[in-house]
Amino acid sequence: MMREQVAQAPASAVAPTLLALRGVGKVFSNGVTALSDVDLTIREGDFLSLLGPSGCGKSTALRLIAGLSTPTSGVLDWRGGGSLDRANIGFVFQEPTLLPWASVFDNVWLPLRLKGISRAKAAPAITQMLARVHLTGFENAVPRELSGGMKMRVSIARAMVTKPRVLLMDEPFAALDEITRFKLNNDLLELWQDERFTVVFVTHSVFESVFLSNRVVVMAARPGRVFDELAIEAAYPRDEAFRTSPDYAGLCRQASDVLVNAINSTAGLHHDGH
Amino acid sequence: MTAIDERTLKLDPEEARRVRQERFERIGRWLLPLAIMILAIWLWDRICVWNEVPQYILPRPGVVMQTLYNDAGLLFSSLLVTLRITFLSLALAVIGGVGLSVLFAQSKWVEMSFFPFAIVLQVTPIVAIFPLINIYVNNQTTKLLLCAWIVAFFPILSNTTLGLNSVDRNLRDLFKLNGATRWQQLRYLRLPAAMPYFLGGLKIAGGLSLIGAVVAEFVAGTTGQSSGLASRIIEAGYRLNAPRLFAALLLISLTGILIFLVLSLISHLILRRWHESALKQER
Repeated sequence: MMREQVAQAPASAVAPTLLALRGVGKVFSNGVTALSDVDLTIREGDFLSLLGPSGCGKSTALRLIAGLSTPTSGVLDWRGGGSLDRANIGFVFQEPTLLPWASVFDNVWLPLRLKGISRAKAAPAITQMLARVHLTGFENAVPRELSGGMKMRVSIARAMVTKPRVLLMDEPFAALDEITRFKLNNDLLELWQDERFTVVFVTHSVFESVFLSNRVVVMAARPGRVFDELAIEAAYPRDEAFRTSPDYAGLCRQASDVLVNAINSTAGLHHDGH
Repeated sequence: MTAIDERTLKLDPEEARRVRQERFERIGRWLLPLAIMILAIWLWDRICVWNEVPQYILPRPGVVMQTLYNDAGLLFSSLLVTLRITFLSLALAVIGGVGLSVLFAQSKWVEMSFFPFAIVLQVTPIVAIFPLINIYVNNQTTKLLLCAWIVAFFPILSNTTLGLNSVDRNLRDLFKLNGATRWQQLRYLRLPAAMPYFLGGLKIAGGLSLIGAVVAEFVAGTTGQSSGLASRIIEAGYRLNAPRLFAALLLISLTGILIFLVLSLISHLILRRWHESALKQER
């Protein structure tokens, strides 16, 4: 199993394309160009991070991929079965976004319930999913009785209970403290390696993106665009040892430099405009 | 629970003072209003005695209680009449208010078109509308119901509409992502989210439906066998029967308080696990 996971990162270079964004742009009605001419290929099994300063359109890109919004220009080309069924997409918001009146169990049930699956029929999948995110025993708790990290776990369980092929995450751990964030990073990676889904992860943290991803796509603002891409070729599984390794520090420095360039490119553009 | 835990601890003077103060506040919350009420009633009684106020102007509290007991048959049958109108109109207000707000929630256009009508109904004094109702409606009960309903339904309508429209945007997206139908979104998301708002409106409407029922009866001026508490009050006023007037008034007040307490309890029971308003203050 170990060898298989080690092999995963380089293998993604030849993995089949899942989604290709070609020349995608988004202009809002207030005149803001959120995205401009974005070309991006997402491959099966990728853990791809969109990294960038605020206003670079990374969340907009995620909403476009989710189908919550339509592009002004360009196309999203889903491979392997035309347009991807929404059932194949899981979404995790920045906030846990749980139903406050429903128990943990019923919150995870929700996506299945909306598909008409009864509580009893859904129970095995829900129980299994809650175990995967280490929430066994909290089935009957309501969200307000949980800590921020636990709420986020429920949110992840809810997104994963339908076994989606793509998991979209919009700065999911940004509001958590560092210790909780590290723990959730580790658990998410474990889940990803076991289930082999594709992740598109929006973040503004260099360290988080490098730790998690095999590809970091750095974006720049005004207009939102892809600035550069970094392959993070460190082997999985990545654990706490990796977090303190010189390799990790080097990769973070590399990503950080690219991000600084991306931010400066915006500043320069802004300056030229005057 | 926390108080017991703290007693076994060794507390510094500041914490101990706080525990003591909390205990006083807990007791004082009940004791203080009760003491003031008793004092007021005692003073009322004394004023009647000291000034030798005649009974038909201001009866002593004891006499009011005696009348409540003596006229119990008459008064309580009247109370039942008033209660019937109150609860029927409250039920209709719930059905009408929730029904209309669900209709409004279906489309911004419907809401924009019809909400002004609801406001017109709300702001026009019911006493002024009543002569019209009197002309158009024959049945006495229907008249009263209509009056009480007009008074009571607006808080439910406006609160529930607000609740249905204040659903978290991300949750809405989540439902969209999972391909939820309009009905599913209403059933599993918007209605539960509107519940605290609806219950807030219900608490107001409960009191208003009683007021509506009494006012309607006043302006309708019903008398005779099947008349409610309002007509008892008018009747007692004409006959200078102040003790009965006070007794009827007391019954109306107690009913209003009871309705409020029951609705508050219902609201607390429904919301206690998840909504901020029903949670105990945590330090």
